[in-house]
Amino acid sequence: MTMPKFDEINVGDALPELNLGVLTREGIAAFAHASGDMNPIHLDEEAAKANKLPGIIAHGMLNMAFLSRVVTGWVPQSQLRRLETRFAAMAFPGDTVVCRGEVSGKREDGGEKLADLTIELVNGKGETLLAGGAIVALS
Amino acid sequence: MDNVAPSGLTFDEYVGKAYEPFSGKVEKDRLVAFSKAIGQSDPVYLDSQAAKAAGYRDVLAPPTFSFTITLDAGQSFNVLDDMGIEHASSVHGAQWFTYDAPICAGDTISGQQSIKEIFTKKGGALVFIMIETPLKNQNGEPVATLGSTIVVRRG
Repeated sequence: MTMPKFDEINVGDALPELNLGVLTREGIAAFAHASGDMNPIHLDEEAAKANKLPGIIAHGMLNMAFLSRVVTGWVPQSQLRRLETRFAAMAFPGDTVVCRGEVSGKREDGGEKLADLTIELVNGKGETLLAGGAIVALS
Repeated sequence: MDNVAPSGLTFDEYVGKAYEPFSGKVEKDRLVAFSKAIGQSDPVYLDSQAAKAAGYRDVLAPPTFSFTITLDAGQSFNVLDDMGIEHASSVHGAQWFTYDAPICAGDTISGQQSIKEIFTKKGGALVFIMIETPLKNQNGEPVATLGSTIVVRRG
């Protein structure tokens, strides 16, 4: 990974897009087991419908984990200072998931050179499912 | 709508409440399974030797893994049970993490969740519960703090 330099980045620069492909039931189930969130709305179609959902949904925290990768694909995780997101809409099996990021600010604080990023996770229809931000330290 | 939770206590009475301190070991197999489930292929997340070569004690926990530490400890949406609120009437509205130091396999992470703020919108039809959990490692170093906003629909 070639680390971006504080002096060489500009507000508006895009991070490399991360295309995660199509969400599958198996992938969501694997995250349920690994993350410990075994809520049946992520595993069982009938249980999801009983909870007034159209069907199984992906964990918000699976989507947030995907979204974190657009940042850690740009700088090593050791540079990450803050990660945040709002869960705006749900993701379902069959949805295509893409993560994007952009430099939204540059500043120095506490002796560190920081870049503010806006990040979002969108589905194949272009709907924003997660909208958030990150702060990374650069040199 | 009133400011009273189904438990009978007012939401104001919950603000500032701290839950039981917890502590747990981060198992390598769990970390690797988590990283694979999020499609992470960087060997610092998967392979002990690669992690050590990069300066970590062992495989690195991805940025959102600490949420799983709180889930394992039963401290995240437990506030709903405490307030007598049905989980089905709530959604995870927002989540944030701040980072101080890496979490690696073999670490023992301790923390304690507290309720920072509760406010209502739409005349009490929506309740926003903000919880926060600072985490430390076995050396007493802060590693991360995580915060969740849980949104409850009422009526």
